[in-house]
This record gives sequence, structure tokens and C-alpha cells, in this order.
Amino acid sequence: MSFVKEFAKGLWKELPPFRLVLGLCPVLAVTKSAADGLGMGAAVIFVLVLSNAIISMVRKIIPKKVRIACFIVIAASLVVAVELLMQAYAYPLYQSLGIFVPLIVVNCIILGRAEAFASKNPVHLSIADGLGMGIGFTMSLTFLGALREVFGAGKLFGATVFGPDFKPFTFMVEAPGAFVCLGLILGAMNYLAIWQSKRKGLPEPSLAASCGGCRACSIGESKQIMQEG
Amino acid sequence: MNYFEMLIAAIFVNNIILAQYLGCCPFVGCSKDRGVAIGMGAAVTFVASMATAFTWLMQKYVLNPFGLGYLQTLVFILVIASLVQFVEMFLKKMVPPLYKSLGIFLPLITTNCAVLGLAILAQRNEFGLGVSVFYAFSAALGFTLALFLMAGIRERLVISRVPKSMQGTSIGLVMAGLMSLTFFAFQGMIG
Repeated sequence: MSFVKEFAKGLWKELPPFRLVLGLCPVLAVTKSAADGLGMGAAVIFVLVLSNAIISMVRKIIPKKVRIACFIVIAASLVVAVELLMQAYAYPLYQSLGIFVPLIVVNCIILGRAEAFASKNPVHLSIADGLGMGIGFTMSLTFLGALREVFGAGKLFGATVFGPDFKPFTFMVEAPGAFVCLGLILGAMNYLAIWQSKRKGLPEPSLAASCGGCRACSIGESKQIMQEG
Repeated sequence: MNYFEMLIAAIFVNNIILAQYLGCCPFVGCSKDRGVAIGMGAAVTFVASMATAFTWLMQKYVLNPFGLGYLQTLVFILVIASLVQFVEMFLKKMVPPLYKSLGIFLPLITTNCAVLGLAILAQRNEFGLGVSVFYAFSAALGFTLALFLMAGIRERLVISRVPKSMQGTSIGLVMAGLMSLTFFAFQGMIG
């Protein structure tokens, strides 16, 4: 039961990029096309599931003070493995993702899940969490990629969608389009969450915040922590 | 390409956040206050320049001679993490006032993708040591500029009426998109 619950929360309730707002850089950068988003998502699933599993296995022998360093080393080794695998079996994808493959190591989603979940829970739940979060991440990336590809290039997974008269809306595949699209999707997700809880008569949910589970990059929170403690 | 052109290109044309999507997390997460933005920017500039120098030396004298190029990611992140630790200890001991202003930002920089990204980009562009460091320095200045501008806009945003579901990160990203559109106008200015 709880396995299913941990798996399912990543798919909607805590959808990483759109609800937790984790790991924005690849979300913006590699969603020029749906295929790139899917490939990036697959790489992240691989790293996230394995890193969650390994960290959960060794969570009791890692001293608390150096845990972040340990997490980084584990994640970095897995990223090197992904890089080598992609170079061997998916070289065109590796080329189009470019620098964002090595950068998976500093993606907050990996460290965020390690810190918030895998370091406190048994192995099978951590794997469920990693799998759910990874699939949620992949879905979001593919969705955003498809959206930008359809309007920006008139294609979906490389196949033409509109007739020959279609003028591509180039704004969408360039940097500004990425930011605006993601912002609007976050707004829509907030709207849905508010509407849903209103219908059920629940108190209002918190809005999609920045870097929810990851203390590593949200200065505001760490400042608060410093002031409190 | 001379140094001045490189500086302008890295700050405006290929702005690290608005055109290359690196370092978006701090861009969204800590752009609520202009003071914090400057502090974060200064810390990133300092660490990125030093990290690029050290990783460049590491690549040239350790990874390349032993044919360990595939370990680049692992080695670079370890170099950056230990460098950040070391800088923190050094500042705490030797320059307490600077530590007071930059101290809280330093631990967070290890996981900032701008720092690792710049170190790797400098390698992929095959720059020399001096050029690499200058490139990292000017790109980090671009990071600071974008962060500062964003913080300025956000301070104004506090007093404006935003639809409920768009508040916070959502409207922040839309604004980043508009800023990015503005910076887009610099494209084609150089090169």
C-alpha cells in the first residue's frame, strides 16, 4: 500500500517541476522538443532511482555532518555511468542534451529527494519515491517539450502536425518562451489545486514554491533556519 | 576574440541565466531582496572564477595525462565541493567581515549548476587557463546582473495585484521570460 502511495505522489500531488519546482534548469533547457525532454527524463529516472536506493541502503552508516558530500559523490558516480551509457547507445541524444547531462549531478531533484526522503526511509520506499518522482519529471518534461515543439516548430516528435500554411511561433522554442510557458503552467497547476481543494472543502493548499524539499539552493529558507537556530 | 568582446558577450548576449538556462534555482529562489541578490552574485563570481581555474588545472595535469577524461563530472564536482569548504574556512579565519556577508551563501554554491556548468563549458570550448577564468568571471557577472534585476522587479511586485494562482514563482518565471526577451535583443550584436 505505502509503496503505491509513495510512487503515486510523484505523479500528481508532488509533481517535481510543476508542484515542488525542483530542478528547473533542465526543464527549461532541454524542452525544445518532446524527444529531448523524454531522453533527459529517462536519464534522470536512472540516476534518481539508483541514487535513492544506494543512499537508502547506506543511510545508517553515513555520518550526519558529511552526508551532503556523500550524496554528491554517489550521484556523481551514477551520472558518469549515464554519460558513458549515452555515449555508447544514444550518441545523438547525448549531443543534443549537451552540457545538461553532466549537470544532472547538481540537479536539486537528486539531492532534494536524497535529503528529504531516501536518507530517512527504507530501500523499497525510496525506490518507489525515486521511480514516481522520475516518471513525474519525465512526463512534465515531455509535456512542456511537446507544447513548445508543436507551437514553435509545428512538429511533434519530429512529425509535422499542421499543414504547410503554418507559420512557426519561433518565440516558443527560444529562451523567453521556455520561461513564460513554465510560468503559465505553474499558474495553471496552482489554479487547479485551489479549485480542487475548494470543491472538497479543504483549506487552501500552498502555492508551488521554489525548491520545496531542497535546502541546498533556497537562500530564503536557510536564512530563516540560521535565524531560528 | 578579445577580452572586452568576451566580457560583453558573456554578460549580455549569452547571459548565463537568460540565454543558457544555468543557475535557475537561485535565480527563482533567492531573488526576493536586492541585498541577498548581490551577496549571492558576489559569492558565485568568486567561487566560479576559482573553481574554473582549479578544474582547468585538474583536467590538464591529472585527467588528460592519465586518460581519465570520462571522470570529468565526478572530479569537477569534488573539486568544487572541497574548494567551497576551503574558501569558507579561509574566509572565516582570515577575513571575518567578508565571511559575514558571503558566509551563508557559500555552502549553497556547491549545488549551483552555474559553477559546474561554467567549468565544463570552459573545457568544451577548449579555452586556455587565463581565458577560462576570465570567461567564468564575466559569465558570473552576467548572473549577478540578472539576479539583481530580478530582485528589483520582485520588490515592486510585492505591492502590485497578481491573480492568486499566479503569485510567487509562477509570475516570477513569466517575468524572467520577458527579461529574457529583452536580452534576446542583444543577440547578433557580437560575432
